Amino acid sequence: MAKLVIRRLIYMVPTMFAISVVTFLIIQLPPGDFLSTYIAELSSRGDAVDTRLVEALRERYGLNDPIYVQYYQWISHIVLQGDFGDSFLYRRPVADLIWNRLGLTIALAVATLLVSWAIAFPIGVYSAVKQHSAGDYAFTFIGFLGLATPNFLLALIFVWISFNYFGQSVGGLFSPEFADAAWNLGKVLDLLSHVWVPVLIIGMAGTASLIRVLRANLLDELRKPYVTTARAKGLPEWRIILKYPVRMALGPFISTAGWLLPSLIGGEVLVSIVIGLDTTGPLLVEALISQDMYLAGSFILILATLTVIGTLLSDLLLAWWDPRIRYAEG
Amino acid sequence: MRAGERAAEAGGAPAAQAGGAPGAPGGEVLVELRGLKTHFFTDEGTVRAVDGVDLEIRRGRTLCVVGESGCGKSITARSILQLVEAPGRVVDGRILLRRGGADGGPGEVVDLAGLKPGGKEIRSVRGKDIAMIFQEPMTSLSLVHTVGNQMVEAIRVHNDVGKREARERAVELLGMVNIPNPGRLVDSYPFQFSGGMRQRVMIAMALSCDPGLLIADEPTTALDVTTQAQIMELLKRLQRELGMAIMFITHDMGVVAEMADDVAIMYLGKVVEKGPVDDIFHDPKHPYTRALLESIPKIGHRRRERLRSIKGIVPDPANRPAGCVFHTRCDAFMPGRCDATVPPPVALGPDRQVRCLLYGGDGGPAPGAPDAQTAAPEPTPESSHGD
Amino acid sequence: MAVRQLPPDQPAGTAPIEAAAATDGGVAVAPQWKLVWWRFRKHRLAMVSAVFVLLFALVGVFAEFLAPTTPDSYSADHTYAPPQGLHFVDTSGGGTRFGPYVHGYTSVRDPETLARVFQEDESQRIDVGFFVRGEPYEMWGFIPSDRHFIGPTDPEQRVYFLGADRNGRDLLSRIIYGTRISLSIGLVGVALTFVFGIVLGGVSGYFGGRTDTAIQRVIEFLMSIPTIPLWLGLSAAVPRTWGPLETYFAITVILSVIGWTDLARVVRGRFLSLREEDFVLAARLDGCSRPRIILRHMLPSFSSHIIASLTLAIPYMILAETSLSFLGLGLQPPVVSWGVLLQESQNIRTIATAPWLLLPGVAVVVAVLVLNFVGDGVRDSADPYR
Ligand SMILES: Nc1ncnc2c1ncn2[C@@H]1O[C@H](COP(=O)(O)OP(=O)(O)OP(=O)(O)O)[C@@H](O)[C@H]1O
Ligand SMILES: [Mg+2]
Repeated sequence: MAKLVIRRLIYMVPTMFAISVVTFLIIQLPPGDFLSTYIAELSSRGDAVDTRLVEALRERYGLNDPIYVQYYQWISHIVLQGDFGDSFLYRRPVADLIWNRLGLTIALAVATLLVSWAIAFPIGVYSAVKQHSAGDYAFTFIGFLGLATPNFLLALIFVWISFNYFGQSVGGLFSPEFADAAWNLGKVLDLLSHVWVPVLIIGMAGTASLIRVLRANLLDELRKPYVTTARAKGLPEWRIILKYPVRMALGPFISTAGWLLPSLIGGEVLVSIVIGLDTTGPLLVEALISQDMYLAGSFILILATLTVIGTLLSDLLLAWWDPRIRYAEG
Repeated sequence: MRAGERAAEAGGAPAAQAGGAPGAPGGEVLVELRGLKTHFFTDEGTVRAVDGVDLEIRRGRTLCVVGESGCGKSITARSILQLVEAPGRVVDGRILLRRGGADGGPGEVVDLAGLKPGGKEIRSVRGKDIAMIFQEPMTSLSLVHTVGNQMVEAIRVHNDVGKREARERAVELLGMVNIPNPGRLVDSYPFQFSGGMRQRVMIAMALSCDPGLLIADEPTTALDVTTQAQIMELLKRLQRELGMAIMFITHDMGVVAEMADDVAIMYLGKVVEKGPVDDIFHDPKHPYTRALLESIPKIGHRRRERLRSIKGIVPDPANRPAGCVFHTRCDAFMPGRCDATVPPPVALGPDRQVRCLLYGGDGGPAPGAPDAQTAAPEPTPESSHGD
Repeated sequence: MAVRQLPPDQPAGTAPIEAAAATDGGVAVAPQWKLVWWRFRKHRLAMVSAVFVLLFALVGVFAEFLAPTTPDSYSADHTYAPPQGLHFVDTSGGGTRFGPYVHGYTSVRDPETLARVFQEDESQRIDVGFFVRGEPYEMWGFIPSDRHFIGPTDPEQRVYFLGADRNGRDLLSRIIYGTRISLSIGLVGVALTFVFGIVLGGVSGYFGGRTDTAIQRVIEFLMSIPTIPLWLGLSAAVPRTWGPLETYFAITVILSVIGWTDLARVVRGRFLSLREEDFVLAARLDGCSRPRIILRHMLPSFSSHIIASLTLAIPYMILAETSLSFLGLGLQPPVVSWGVLLQESQNIRTIATAPWLLLPGVAVVVAVLVLNFVGDGVRDSADPYR
């Protein structure tokens, strides 16, 4: 197992390198460098442009250097000093802006993942075991609907319903009195009373596809000969199902974390804009629209890194779960 | 081979083993199928996979069920344990199991066909009175549970023993089926085993509750020839030691000659001929049986002669021919009779039965065996005595 | 082997089918696509959905004619006018008159918010007709006309079956025009995906070895990047100065650059298994060139799988475009797509006053749903024994 972990960690290095290059390219993509955008904006507002400041910034980001030097400067600042550059929109270091929001985003994504699994597991097992029952059809239809509805639309509908029927605008993760309070039990409870709304909205599509994955895999597994063997031993049906086919079908289920996590993070971006959460979403979109590329690039880099780590964790979980992988690679 | 050798064994052994009820030549009947019908209700129509099968399996003896692919052998076997999956269902007939009574006690007779699949009663039969092993040793075991785990589970369903005790029993069983170093391998996973080893594990698992009947559904088909022979030897040895009955399903007449005490030939969901192995090999009656026998390669004799294969293909079971189901491929086809009348069973001896109009059954002229023998020349099993 | 157990994937012309054909009439000799079609017809849900897909396609193609007006025709007097119900029988004023009509509006200004509040005015009657004259347009950009499938008989009047937006533009007309853009993004995007996927997946699967490994690594890498931030980043990099058409293609390319990996995997998997099959070997021994083998023998035998994958990819493209445009990072007004329309409902006040602005979302959901059903149906028919 230790060998497996080390091998996977080594695999991560080229992936991370490639991600950082892609991110850097995205930062560089908008025509002109960000300083010219900055200067253009200053002059359009009629502010005086401080040429010395501009020169200093040019120096700081090495804008006069060849592109690979610029990349090296950028990535080494991040890796060695945790310096992600400055946001010209907020005129503050990116690092000051993002960590709080990232914490919430990660918490939200992980919570959503767990809730999705918790909901999808019993429904998926039920739908497969009781294939063609009324319940199966109902869940399948709801699942299709969940997959077809973009989660921001779900959020919009939710906002509309709560505004219309409960006369209040919902949103945020905290009640106003807790928003700026320090963390204490009350704040945690307040968070819990708010967080289920975004969790359910963000998790809808993911849960629907989890149910489909589990149901399809379990249906395949239920027809396998080893299930018949277990039946021929005289075991009760529910024990057979939980011990053998469900166990097998959970493998693909676990590896869904690899792609579910990125899509949850993506969904979070959209949903948090609609229901006004202080997570990465609104800031990322704001940064992208105003082409505040260091801010946006940092988000993309970190979110991508988190995804890779999530995939790694789900791979390891899978290896722990399935002895065949453990023995083949261990 | 071997039919000759078998004759000695078939004649001598059972009496010694079972010491069965007087009058019955091969021991007391353990399981008896009467008019068993298992149908699949598919979108395309009803598939009559098993359509009125009568069989009897005797204590301590081996019944081989033979037939081409798709003729309903596996479904028959599964029906006995109510293991047929939807859309299939046992629709008619009786499956009588004699429980207890082996030691001269009174015993009781249960009709398994009446039990609910998955219900408590049938579960108490599965694995305990009747155990089953399957064709695919690769997929018949769970690959993510250790061998020990799966065996301990099988032992503990029917026996009130602790985990340690069950584990010791599992190691002992693995040793019995010639698994080397059973104390260590009990903790490995099936994917670390070869196909032959897995089939041994399956056998060990099936024996864990001392079943009176072991159903083996083509247990050697997926294995190479050497392993095949080893597994068959193993089964014969275990049968000698434990005295269980075996229902052995195969489509290989060579294997039949090796294993069987009794033989049942199946075609399209019906038993067309059954009887003791020597009678079947020396004096096959049904044209289908003859055709099957002609398709065995014979060692040392007329080497360059081509093997005969049965002409045509098995008809679609959803769309079975009228009258005798074999008439579309039969060499002795009698127009106007075979395609009109379903042949009833004709008894040719105490344990011998055939379903063919050549031997009467529709009230028409029964030219009897002689005619048939000219139509399909007698195979010469004696000629296989070359080795 | 019984006839009904013939593997369905067996391409026509191989031996078992010909042998079976002798005993079993037409069924076994039917070409692959016909077998797929027979099985598809049995999926009732997929068939109904296919009809819906066809309707969507027709709406997209004949948008100009079907819409009551043009998407940009505005009316300052009708800001957020609510939907008007269509009536058929008029019993007011004594007699009974038949024929479709809607009621007009009376509007008052809310003294506090200064917003217009509309009420249906039962006394006003605006007749609605079919094939009426109205706002002039150019069909497909080159056939000038002013006939509309449905609209007010009096061209001076305005009707809002699904309500109006902030500028008093007709939402129904905009959704109809949006259908064209949103569906075509799906189609064009999938076509690009198809090219990427087929070429790279085919090359990977056919040649195997080192080529395969390299392409697989790239695919794995692309799949490990979270798509939405990447989409966002790339779309944000599209210059704001680009025209609508350029943006349209840029967005489509971005969507498919990231989306081709799945299809490539499917194609590769099928190629790998097909490579081993007898008829490919036979063709090779016959001296067919490689491209010819790929085109003539390998592609047709799994085209139905590809069609299934493609059908299932279209809804994802549509969803992705909708999300991007909703955020303001995809298509930009004046281009009308479902996502662009939904962008208007981003804030709570708007939804509260004009909930009908969420209706383009219904179009998205229905389109994605029926495309998914059709895709599932095709996949099941292509590969029923999977
Ligand atoms: N799930 C099913 N649905 C419909 N028909 C089935 C199903 N399972 C089996 N059958 C039908 O039952 C018939 C008998 O099947 P069975 O598995 O008993 O054949 P077999 O004699 O064991 O063949 P083989 O030697 O290939 O194992 C088959 O021809 C098949 O058409
Ligand atoms: Mg079988």
